[in-house]
Amino acid sequence: MSDPTGGPGALIIFFAAVFTNNILLVYFLGMCSFLACSKQYETSLGLGAAVTFVMTATTILNHVIHHQLLVPLGLEHLQFVVFIAVIAAFVQLVEMVVERFSPTLYYSLGIFLPLITVNCAILGASLFAINIFDYTLWQASWYGLGSGLAFALAITLMTGLRQKMGYANLPPAFRGVSIVMIVTGVMALAFMGFMGMASLD
Amino acid sequence: MIFLWSILVVGALLGVMALGLVVAERYLLDYGVCPISINAGERVLEVEGGQSLLEALNEGEIYIPSACGGKGTCGFCKVHVLAGGGRVLPTELPFLSRRDLRSGVRLACQVKVREALDLQIPEDILNVQLFAAEVVSMRDLTPDTKEIRLRLVEPAEIAQRPGQYVQVQAPSPEGPQWRAYSISSPVQETDHVELVVTLVPGGVGSTYLHHLQVGDPVTFTGPFGEFRLSEDPKTELVCVAGGCGMAPVKNIIETVYERWPERSCWFFFGCRTTADAFYFEQWRALAEAHPNFHVIYALSEPGPDDADWQGETGFIHLSVDKYLEPGGERQAFLCGPPPMIEAVTRVLEEKGLPPDDIFYDKFD
Repeated sequence: MSDPTGGPGALIIFFAAVFTNNILLVYFLGMCSFLACSKQYETSLGLGAAVTFVMTATTILNHVIHHQLLVPLGLEHLQFVVFIAVIAAFVQLVEMVVERFSPTLYYSLGIFLPLITVNCAILGASLFAINIFDYTLWQASWYGLGSGLAFALAITLMTGLRQKMGYANLPPAFRGVSIVMIVTGVMALAFMGFMGMASLD
Repeated sequence: MIFLWSILVVGALLGVMALGLVVAERYLLDYGVCPISINAGERVLEVEGGQSLLEALNEGEIYIPSACGGKGTCGFCKVHVLAGGGRVLPTELPFLSRRDLRSGVRLACQVKVREALDLQIPEDILNVQLFAAEVVSMRDLTPDTKEIRLRLVEPAEIAQRPGQYVQVQAPSPEGPQWRAYSISSPVQETDHVELVVTLVPGGVGSTYLHHLQVGDPVTFTGPFGEFRLSEDPKTELVCVAGGCGMAPVKNIIETVYERWPERSCWFFFGCRTTADAFYFEQWRALAEAHPNFHVIYALSEPGPDDADWQGETGFIHLSVDKYLEPGGERQAFLCGPPPMIEAVTRVLEEKGLPPDDIFYDKFD
């Protein structure tokens, strides 16, 4: 299972990214769209799919740009600027493609699609893969895919819980986003149960 | 050296990405030509896809009213979309009632033309034309209000109903903007349009109009507006206006006395001081010629210069309350700031006017 260049293999990284190091429930990145779009399955599944796709693609793109362009020129300090620009341009492109070919998805994401541009989880995945874990391109792409699915999994689970909570008689102070924050915390605790199953490094 | 490389690399990357996006937009968002069928094929427009429905209709010389210029904040550009147009967007929901949603009402500025569309547009709006006109006179009515008379050039005549408005095109740094102004000249003057414009500090439309010179060209579309004057000469008219709310009321009264010289009409006008009390002499002369016309001006903040004012003082709804007897067949038209409209509506309802017979035009 181990990579020829050292470090964990693709499958290990994938499962670790989804369960033990869930980008949302362990690092708490990408909370804004997680809170805003977890009311209906249609929206959360759409957003989850979009994030998975964008995250996988941008992790790969940024990895290539970092190692082929920034490192040879000694410009690692431009990482943030360049990564953000790449993500923004890519999301714009995805928006155009989605608008053209899948009106249904376009409408269900609607105004939320641009939210992905400033979704910190996406920038986070690119930075983690390069700066913290120092992955190869192969590993980074699995990490991006895993983290994207982790986001989709978390937001879908949360939607299910929020739909159930619709029937619960909550004290007024807990209604709305506050109970969602508390439930997110409990979900994060539950995900700690996966600890030690797999590791990212 | 590292600075140079940084700038070069960031510049090159951003340039490549921007170029890519422009190319993608050109090829991905190309919807070709989409047919728009209006009122079951009465008119068919062939428009370039990708633009908003409002822009497409404007291009086809169908001028849907819109005060915000397509930003989705005024909610005026409602049209019935019977087929095509996709789903209702979250940006439209605040302006649509449940009944609107069921019958397919959409905001034209938010609907993107991607496919063939089937629309229903009221006849009134199809009659709207684009006018080229020329300023023939500018007159100061008060320190901040001007009367602007426009002579129609192309087309040379306008067919309006009293109480309707036009949208004047005003230049601005963000391109032309359209602003709504009521027509103050009566229906019988078919070759002129007169406006009463109060200068709003920083306002795009009023600043432009106030700085016009005699002979300048002006472009506007119109007429717009739903108000229908009661055609029954026995119905008494009650008009209440504040500030430049004078415009539609002047139109209504002058039209009424041209057609029904005996018709009964009350006109209440509210303003701060005598300096703001424009057209007063003109209305007094009309009242002398037509005994059934009653005009009452009230000053809300009489100052030291107004010592010899003989008329009413206080807010205008108090005068309405004082002079108007309850009952009778009436139609009311109010135009002025929202607090005035609310206060006067309350008084009129107490006087027995059904809410359906009270029409108003609120402005801020």
